[in-house]
Amino acid sequence: MIYLDNAATTKTSLAARQAMLDCMEQFWGNPSSLHTPGQRAAEALAVAREKVAACIGASPREIYFTSGGSEADNQAILSAALLGKKKGKTHLISTAIEHHAVLHTLARLEREGFSVTLLPVDESGIVKVSDVAAAIREDTALVSVMFANNEIGTIQPVAEIGALCRERKIPFHTDAVQAAGHLPIDVVSQNIDMLSLSGHKFHGPRGVGVLYVRKGLPLLNLIEGGAQERGKRAGTENLPAIAGMAAALQEACAHLEENAQKERVLRDRLIEGLSRIPHSALNGDRNCRLPGNVNFCFEGIEGESLLLLLDDKGIAASSGSACTSGSLDPSHVLLAIGRPHEVAHGSLRLTLSEETTREEIDQAVRAVTEVVERLRGMSPVWDELQKGVRPYVIQ
Amino acid sequence: MLYSEKVMDHFRNPRNVGEIENADGVGQVGNAKCGDIMRITLKIDNGVVSDAKFTTFGCGSAIATSSMATEMIKGKPVEEALELSNQAVVEALDGLPAHKIHCSVLAEEAVKAAVKDYYDKNHIAYDPKLFCGLDCESCHAHD
Repeated sequence: MIYLDNAATTKTSLAARQAMLDCMEQFWGNPSSLHTPGQRAAEALAVAREKVAACIGASPREIYFTSGGSEADNQAILSAALLGKKKGKTHLISTAIEHHAVLHTLARLEREGFSVTLLPVDESGIVKVSDVAAAIREDTALVSVMFANNEIGTIQPVAEIGALCRERKIPFHTDAVQAAGHLPIDVVSQNIDMLSLSGHKFHGPRGVGVLYVRKGLPLLNLIEGGAQERGKRAGTENLPAIAGMAAALQEACAHLEENAQKERVLRDRLIEGLSRIPHSALNGDRNCRLPGNVNFCFEGIEGESLLLLLDDKGIAASSGSACTSGSLDPSHVLLAIGRPHEVAHGSLRLTLSEETTREEIDQAVRAVTEVVERLRGMSPVWDELQKGVRPYVIQ
Repeated sequence: MLYSEKVMDHFRNPRNVGEIENADGVGQVGNAKCGDIMRITLKIDNGVVSDAKFTTFGCGSAIATSSMATEMIKGKPVEEALELSNQAVVEALDGLPAHKIHCSVLAEEAVKAAVKDYYDKNHIAYDPKLFCGLDCESCHAHD
């Protein structure tokens, strides 16, 4: 199997698995216990916290372990909103292309009386800093802009938006789930107040994530019941997962530039190969994108059937079509960059890891080319496009 | 698995793909915005569906239901083809996931649309109630 769905999840690394096993064998105590097994676990937890903090330029006290990226996003947004409300600030700013962990949390707050501005993005999927500036109001409680998009891989001008928010004294949160371990992150120089990341996107385990909150910025907890995470997240710490995530992140950050360079070369080869398919188009910015992300639209076909036939050929990928999302609408991200519905249904996301090989990429290009041709051969839409009954959207 | 083996078989090896030239009946339903379009062409001899072909833009179950529907009406009198229900297609495929049932509705409607076209072309009288709701909105209302 050629695994090209690393944005969905990654295989755990040896370092992550070893760290998890070590925890389960040696540091199985409860970190809150005063006895020796407990304190050994507490030490392991502290070490993991230091490792994570070092990877993003934070201090250990600014790191809160959560159950994953979604919980971290929920907590950052709900906390900022509720704290803002106490000061009469009930306006929240974000973008149209955020992950649903952000969008659905904002929608919930909107139903509860907050006002939400979702900024548009340009056709390459990048939000304009000037749009953020223009959207800021007296009562803005939070700006949340993702570091890099999970579908089309575009990287946002996070440091600039952070600087703007710092100047306007508005808390700035970034969902860095796709960026952590893949792009350089430094919360200080990038002016980030809150940041979410998830363990399983860089070869760590799933079910664990991090919320970074800058020192001095208040944080409300979502889960009550204990003093863990300095009272901000109750529940006995999932130490094996936390240690596994810390080991994976440390490893990813130690090889970040080398891995990114390797992936970029193969990514560009894949983009070049798929561009040769007629009436296909790359989604997202050509250069300002995650090193491992490729996302294409193919006119005249639908994404789910594309995925199933690719799976038959041993290639694991994903799509933004409605059929794969379980709704009637295709990906909100593809719609936000201006792809019409009928083209957004025919999207394909291929996401690489540093272990992806050139042979795998060449095989993927051949397989996608064959499958697209086969599906077009039985598509009435493609037939109409070719006969000129229907105009091509992608030239 | 999302789909039954039967669905995967009809998806991987679809029967009756293509378009009959100078077809006696042509039916196209769905729309590209919703992500599925089916086109069924029929050859009709002495009131019997002697051949049926399809082309489909859509997901795995859209392709499988088109394939199965054309198989089920081939060799049948037109009146029997008209009676093909989406449930019958679903059963023949050993079931579909709940959110894919609309694909089978689309297949039923494509067959009906093709027969209606045949009736219209040949000035054969019919009860218009047989063909109400041949559009994408109604198919999604069946979800």
